[in-house]
Amino acid sequence: MWKRLDGLWIYAVAFIAFIYGPVLLMPLFSLNDSTFATFPLAGFTLRHYGEMFQNQSMMAAVLNSLKIAVIVSLLSTALAVPASLALTRYKLPGGGPIVGFMMLPLVIPSIVIAVALLVIILKFLGIQLSLWTVAAGHILICIPFSMTVLMARLEGFDPSLEEASRDLGCSGWTTFWRVTFPLAMPGVISSLLLGFIISFDEFVIAFFLTGTENTLPVYLYSQLRFPNKLPGTLALGTLILCGSAILVIIAEVIRKRGVQSGNPGDI
Amino acid sequence: MGFGLLAPALTIMVLMLLLPVMALVMLSFWSQSGFDIDRSFTLENYWKLIEPSDEPTVWFGIPFYLKYPIPVILMIKSLVMSLVATIAVIGLAYPMAYFVAFRVRGNKAFWIILLTIPFWTSYLLRVFSWKIVLGFNGAINSGLMYLGLIDAPLEFLLYNPTAVIITLAHSWVAFAVLPIYVSLEKIDRSLLEAAADLGDSRWQRFWRITLPLSAPGTIAASLLVFIPTVGDYVTPTLVGGPGGTMIGSLVQLLFLRQDNAPLGSAVSIAMMLVIAVLVALLLWAIGYRKMRARRS
Repeated sequence: MWKRLDGLWIYAVAFIAFIYGPVLLMPLFSLNDSTFATFPLAGFTLRHYGEMFQNQSMMAAVLNSLKIAVIVSLLSTALAVPASLALTRYKLPGGGPIVGFMMLPLVIPSIVIAVALLVIILKFLGIQLSLWTVAAGHILICIPFSMTVLMARLEGFDPSLEEASRDLGCSGWTTFWRVTFPLAMPGVISSLLLGFIISFDEFVIAFFLTGTENTLPVYLYSQLRFPNKLPGTLALGTLILCGSAILVIIAEVIRKRGVQSGNPGDI
Repeated sequence: MGFGLLAPALTIMVLMLLLPVMALVMLSFWSQSGFDIDRSFTLENYWKLIEPSDEPTVWFGIPFYLKYPIPVILMIKSLVMSLVATIAVIGLAYPMAYFVAFRVRGNKAFWIILLTIPFWTSYLLRVFSWKIVLGFNGAINSGLMYLGLIDAPLEFLLYNPTAVIITLAHSWVAFAVLPIYVSLEKIDRSLLEAAADLGDSRWQRFWRITLPLSAPGTIAASLLVFIPTVGDYVTPTLVGGPGGTMIGSLVQLLFLRQDNAPLGSAVSIAMMLVIAVLVALLLWAIGYRKMRARRS
């Protein structure tokens, strides 16, 4: 069965080529010794990468994005852990609608979230736009992702382990730190990593809510209009793609290790 | 106890989602006068979206008797473009999900991760990569010219609705595989064996068992693609050109360029309502609730 070469196998390989193909042109052209992203390739070079590090405004944007992404991933995970615990361990009245409400940012177009936050920040609260307002917007969209990951994890292991700990005389707090949290750890780590990636790559909300300082995607977007900046943009894009891919692989591998869940939805 | 744990996250969500959306609704009932906002209640913004006129604006042969027809036309255009993209996505994703659910043995996790990575990598960069593929000086044009198949770059590749639809489909297709895969994976294999024992052919089994039982996941996947793509802003801006603009581009224009936030709010609210009503109608028409109840 595994080795059977049929239409479906060919389709699967073509599918993967389709979703990866266009993106892989970016690293290809970033190593090409030319200002244009065109065939035929002119020759191998690393100079676009070297030039990138000399670019002060780009490095500032990288730093801003890193700062925001770290804060966002820590805060959204810190908020999502107790919330997921509450929704999986207690029969809360109205639990279903609450989960539904908290998942809303997944289906609201991000431009609506962005303008809604823009309106309340500028017209109602009168706060200046800054990197902090971007971070606030990012926390909002990261919480549903963190909760999905954590709730799947918390539902995936046997609650009798926690009951045993309580029966043996541990307080709720001790049980949490010595039983629940270590078991939920893979979920926590992947929630941290995914939150980091979402925030680091997010463009629309950052574009609307940032003040004078750029995040990396906003900077990248401003560079896309200049054809002569293309190689630098490609080099930067390549590094971002590689970084995100590595983080996603780590997050997914950690999440799948350990307690096996019988639920195929927990992927 | 339970509510105490939930409170911090829920409070943040209420403060940062519910209140801003309510503020957006309020603003849509106010009006812009010069640089200031006139805070007296008015339906002017909504009226502007549907205000009739005697002079029709003809778009694709359809006359629109509206004074300011742009929002309505862009809304219809966005819905159609998203619908086409969604159909393409489901058509492409379903066989892939079927493959992972039924054909892959052992290392399903490998395929799932392979399908997950693109979804998590920068949306901006994935869209931009299509600009490199389709552009005037792009990979297809320069490649074909290098091979001597064309003499001049093909200009119809980029900056049109088709480019937007291709890019949208490409950006979301991997995301749609997962819900479909889950519903396929949950199908009790003994049902398929029973059908085979009773003499059903492979196609009959697919039409009578696999497809109906995977319908809830497929519908969920199509909604997860359709809803956010209607309001997408990045793709039309980067690869759409003037002809490929969508309703999200109008929202951006009204807020950041024309400085008419009240009208922009009205457009955003109207967009969300139209999407919500269409989705509710669709789910009602196909009896989604019953379908899910039957499944479990």
